[in-house]
Amino acid sequence: MAILLTATTETVIPDARVEGERLWLSPEELETSTGWSSRPEGLCRGSVCVPIPPGREREFVRGGQIDAAAVWRHLGQPLAHSANGGVWVLGAAAADRAAALRSLEAPDFTLPDRTGRLHSLSEHRGKKVLLVSWASW
Amino acid sequence: MWQALYEELKAHGFMVIAVALDSREGDPLPWIEAASPSYPCLIDRDHRLAELYHMVNVPQAVWIDERGTIVRPTEPAGAYEGFRRMDRVTREVPADVARVTADAKAIYLNAIRDWVRLGQASEYAFDGERARARAPRPTEDVARAHVLFKLGQHLIRHGQAEEGDRWLAEASRLHPESWAIWRQRAGVTELGLAAQPDFWERVDALGERRYYAPVEMKGMP
Repeated sequence: MAILLTATTETVIPDARVEGERLWLSPEELETSTGWSSRPEGLCRGSVCVPIPPGREREFVRGGQIDAAAVWRHLGQPLAHSANGGVWVLGAAAADRAAALRSLEAPDFTLPDRTGRLHSLSEHRGKKVLLVSWASW
Repeated sequence: MWQALYEELKAHGFMVIAVALDSREGDPLPWIEAASPSYPCLIDRDHRLAELYHMVNVPQAVWIDERGTIVRPTEPAGAYEGFRRMDRVTREVPADVARVTADAKAIYLNAIRDWVRLGQASEYAFDGERARARAPRPTEDVARAHVLFKLGQHLIRHGQAEEGDRWLAEASRLHPESWAIWRQRAGVTELGLAAQPDFWERVDALGERRYYAPVEMKGMP
């Protein structure tokens, strides 16, 4: 079992198999939690595909499972796991973040207020928004 | 700080979204209650906003226009580091420094008013080229720091505080520019962060470097 945290999801995966730095998931679990899937042309999400180097297929796919950690490393994206391998975090690459910020399109997010109600930046399209950080410190 | 400005400008298509970079359970709640703002005050335990917009401190702000385009990337929001010249025993700030701090805030608020009135014609709204040139460029260490921060926060929330704290420490080491990450590990009393010796130690270590990055606005200190 493993808990997988991505940018916007937290998934408990009962069938996940952790082997040191490897996180074996079923293809369905990988696609549900990350959007990436294994296809004949390589690793794909939407219309984007990243080929797997010939001869290295077994590093990624074995016994009907996919190593999500190997996929993440292959994509050049940061990841980390707890000491016992029970919790994994898959992050976004610095280059992707920087490109998103350079595009000047304000990244959308959804966060709760104190009552638990969710708010998204995109709900305020049509207004000028001052997006400001604060804290109790 | 933003309530009065929001009330003043909301009829002109202006919105404030405040996001608390607090992560300990319950942390920001009393503060929200006390301020009772009428704009959304959101709680961001995992510092998602800090990651998306490369925010490293509070208060920092981004200006986003009606089409969802960033016209001023992340920068300190009307804050000046006058507190660095505070008497650390009496907690008093010299009058001239207090004046500069008040000026910085007034300049920033007036710039927002100008932008709300004039839109892209405001001298304070950057055009695409200037905004892009000022867009933050997070490094691989910063990207990894956010992953470790999230891992640490999850573990702390689920009864593994000791290991979680180790990941937070590593996140802070990888992203030293972030006071927001560092703060989650620092001891805090009811006197606030500025009463803590480890805070002052970290501020002093800046030397000539700024605590709040300079803000490009006419007259800003």
